[in-house]
Amino acid sequence: MTDAPKPGTPLVEFDNLKVRFRGERTVHAINGVSLSMQPGEMLGLLGESGSGKSVTLKTLLRLLPPKRTDIEGGVRVNGTDIKTLSGRRLAAYRGGEVSMVFQEPALALDPVYTVGDQIAETVMRHKGVSRRAAMDVALDMLTRVRIPSPERRLKNYPHEMSGGMRQRAMIALALACRPQLLLADEPTTALDATVQIQILLLLRELQKEFGMGVIFVTHDIGVAVEVSDRIAVMYAGNIVETGTTRDVIKDPRHPYTKGLLAANLHGAVKGERLDAIPGSPPALEEPPSACSFAPRCAFARPACLEALPPEIDLGGGHKVRCVLEQDQVKTPQPVEA
Amino acid sequence: MSAASDTAELAEPVVKTRGYWSGVVRRFSRDPVALTCAVIVLALILAAIFAPYLGLNDPYHASMIKRLKPIGYPGFPLGTDEQGRDMLSRLIYGGRLTLFVGLMPVVFAFFIGSALGLVAGYAGGWINTLIMRTVDVFFAFPSVLLAIAISSALGAGIINSLVSLTIVFIPPIARVAESATAGVRSLDYIDAARASGGGALTIIRVHIIGNVLGPIFVYATSLTSVCMILAAGLSFLGIGVRPPEPEWGLMLNTLRTAIYVNPWVAALPGLMIFITSLCLNLLSDGLRSAMNVKD
Amino acid sequence: MSKTDPRSAKADRGGPNQPLIIAKDLKKHFPIRSGLFNRQSATVRAVDGVSFDVKKGETLGIVGESGCGKSTTARLLVGLIDLDEGHIVFDGDGLGEDISLKELRRGVQMVFQDSYASLNPRLTIVDSVAFGPKILGLGNPTGRARDLLGRVGLDPNRFADRYPHELSGGQRQRVNIARALAMEPRLVILDEAVSALDKSVEAQVLNLLNDLRREFGLTYVFISHDLNVVRYISDRVLVMYLGEVVEIGPADVIYENQAHPYTASLFAAMPSMDPDNLTEEPPLAGDPPNPIDPPSGCRFHTRCKFAEGVCSAKTPKLSVIGGDDTHQAACHMQEPGSGHSAAIKEAAE
Repeated sequence: MTDAPKPGTPLVEFDNLKVRFRGERTVHAINGVSLSMQPGEMLGLLGESGSGKSVTLKTLLRLLPPKRTDIEGGVRVNGTDIKTLSGRRLAAYRGGEVSMVFQEPALALDPVYTVGDQIAETVMRHKGVSRRAAMDVALDMLTRVRIPSPERRLKNYPHEMSGGMRQRAMIALALACRPQLLLADEPTTALDATVQIQILLLLRELQKEFGMGVIFVTHDIGVAVEVSDRIAVMYAGNIVETGTTRDVIKDPRHPYTKGLLAANLHGAVKGERLDAIPGSPPALEEPPSACSFAPRCAFARPACLEALPPEIDLGGGHKVRCVLEQDQVKTPQPVEA
Repeated sequence: MSAASDTAELAEPVVKTRGYWSGVVRRFSRDPVALTCAVIVLALILAAIFAPYLGLNDPYHASMIKRLKPIGYPGFPLGTDEQGRDMLSRLIYGGRLTLFVGLMPVVFAFFIGSALGLVAGYAGGWINTLIMRTVDVFFAFPSVLLAIAISSALGAGIINSLVSLTIVFIPPIARVAESATAGVRSLDYIDAARASGGGALTIIRVHIIGNVLGPIFVYATSLTSVCMILAAGLSFLGIGVRPPEPEWGLMLNTLRTAIYVNPWVAALPGLMIFITSLCLNLLSDGLRSAMNVKD
Repeated sequence: MSKTDPRSAKADRGGPNQPLIIAKDLKKHFPIRSGLFNRQSATVRAVDGVSFDVKKGETLGIVGESGCGKSTTARLLVGLIDLDEGHIVFDGDGLGEDISLKELRRGVQMVFQDSYASLNPRLTIVDSVAFGPKILGLGNPTGRARDLLGRVGLDPNRFADRYPHELSGGQRQRVNIARALAMEPRLVILDEAVSALDKSVEAQVLNLLNDLRREFGLTYVFISHDLNVVRYISDRVLVMYLGEVVEIGPADVIYENQAHPYTASLFAAMPSMDPDNLTEEPPLAGDPPNPIDPPSGCRFHTRCKFAEGVCSAKTPKLSVIGGDDTHQAACHMQEPGSGHSAAIKEAAE
């Protein structure tokens, strides 16, 4: 394990992060994400496919193929620039300090080892304890994720478990080394509704119990609301709005956030025409030079197409990247490069 | 009176990509290894086809005086064999038979095996069981043994070699074709086509063949090198092409005794077999990645 | 317009009061084979006695979790898989008696969830849409296909000759809708047709579906796990659990008052959307049981907090809720005299 967090240091800090994929087509997946997150915070990263939310997570875990990826800007976890990590320190960081829960536990768990063995193996590797002690940790973890009859389940292979059970085992595996940061990539998307709510509430409880920071990536606003303290809305590789869950949901300022809320159909009147956002997201073959949402935005004006939108601080941590807010705030923040 | 008042193409990024085959050609042309191999294989095939027009010595003309001359002997750039015949000429003429017997069985097996696999994969049920179990029986034997067994039963000769090698390669191709077809068969667009009232033959023709031929073809190309070696092996064992026809496997056999006298010349047919099968293999690999075939 | 085609102007044979489709006691069991000789070792009771009808012009929503049999039901209605038992009556004509499978498929079309897997990657989209009309021998299939592409919001001049991988998910799903409409169906089954789309695109497609329903006079069966979407688009809702119907009724009624504890749990499992009023407790524990060898009696009794002895002993029948015979639920608590302590003791004669 690395050094204890220095007081006052944000747990995660993105500083103008840019990620570009090279290949047959160049894709500018992340275009200047700046965000910081305190220890013990539960952040919902909300966006649709291609918005860059999963790429953000993979950047944090250094999972992107280095040969095909250009990364610019700073990514710090506990004050350490993770781009400098390599070899043993990187291995200790992954799974020890930061770990991840995936959408498909059936694919993320190794089918040839029992659940108990997989958890114990991770604990032994990171904590250097004996196998017996590691198995005790595994049993404790299965109990904490509320798997019924955990002693028996330790000896189960992933395929012997149901989808919800597997996702609990995946969470137990991710939390076994008590990471300070848990990355959850759509962990409930593949689950049934009645199972999804169980996993969401479990994550909420475990987060309080362990005091870790969680970045929860999802495309579902309802899910984000259920688990997050704070929500960051991503569009075309940038964060367009961020704030406390209450601010973002009850007082959305960015037209895209408003559109997403309307598209959730919560309270939509039957038969009435939906206020759909027209078109589809940009292909991101070029880095954006103007507001990426402007072509789909009902409120777009000439200024939107001239330059990147400024980030407006509405107070209380509620920030939005939209020229429309400029007029309504008395002291606009300087435009960030 | 368009139903779609909010048109989908609004603000639509136009991602107009080129057609599938131009993409294949582009990817293939960027692969230097595959490209080199393609040139070599093509040169060998062309040389074999146009051998009579290359101004070579008579490959059957023997000479008791000029036996086993080394590489670079005047008039015989690659030396002579144990009967004093021109090696260069025999190697190029030998390419005709070797490539013919080495490639044609795969072509035949490609058509027969694909047809069997398509039918089995699309029909499923007892038809699948019948076809695939029969195929499995043949598949259970090692290909070399099976080829030797069938060839010995039929007797030596080019036609019999073709037949036995074709039979050897039908089972693996049928297997690949069956699994590719079954994979495509389970996709929704086949169900959609069935719901549109399409019959089995129409669906196979319109929706299945185009999507399974690529993987089967790539797999078949990977068998050509094996087939060439098997064909040469049959001749080497004396149950394939009969002397005095020039054929690389047969030449390797007859020159085997001269390995201590003139090892370089004796090794030439083997070298040809090696180079050709290596090139065919690398070519197949190149095709696989150019055609994006996953397996 | 295509409406002039004599074959498509198939008269409304049964009249306005005849349901467009009646499903009666549908059953489909899949054998699970294993071992050396492919012996049947178990049975998945995917659809086990499902009955409902769909009225002309309405949208019936079908909800339920994975393994509840909603997709199998959809495939049975289109005739993609064979019925084990039961009857399908299309506008008064019994399948296999008055009309053939082929005729049924003219009237019933389906849109699948996976927009990419439902299009042949080697065909241009106009060819995919024209495939059905070509099979049917309708005149000018390509012209029809281009016309339909325009109606689903894809300008044929720009899109007709594209391949599926050149389109976004929302555009592909529009192609699939056009392909279904090319058969001039009266009933379209949408099996999770918008579930894989991004929310902003989903709203566009829902608007399109509403427009097309009006324009072509369509009837929909809309299968989804998203209760918000089902409420928005459906007139009536049918809830399935492990191959059985547990509740059916008008959408507004069910959304206000769920008679079956499973339906209530489904609604309680929806994320709250209110940061000041988060979900406190999951309504159900554990995963839905496997449809192989489902529980006896009421199949929900293993997860139901109101379960009593009668629930595992006796299979509940669909009974009318609150005197409104459009609203029915299969629960012993709603069945007078069932023996459940919460039920009315004896039917008031």
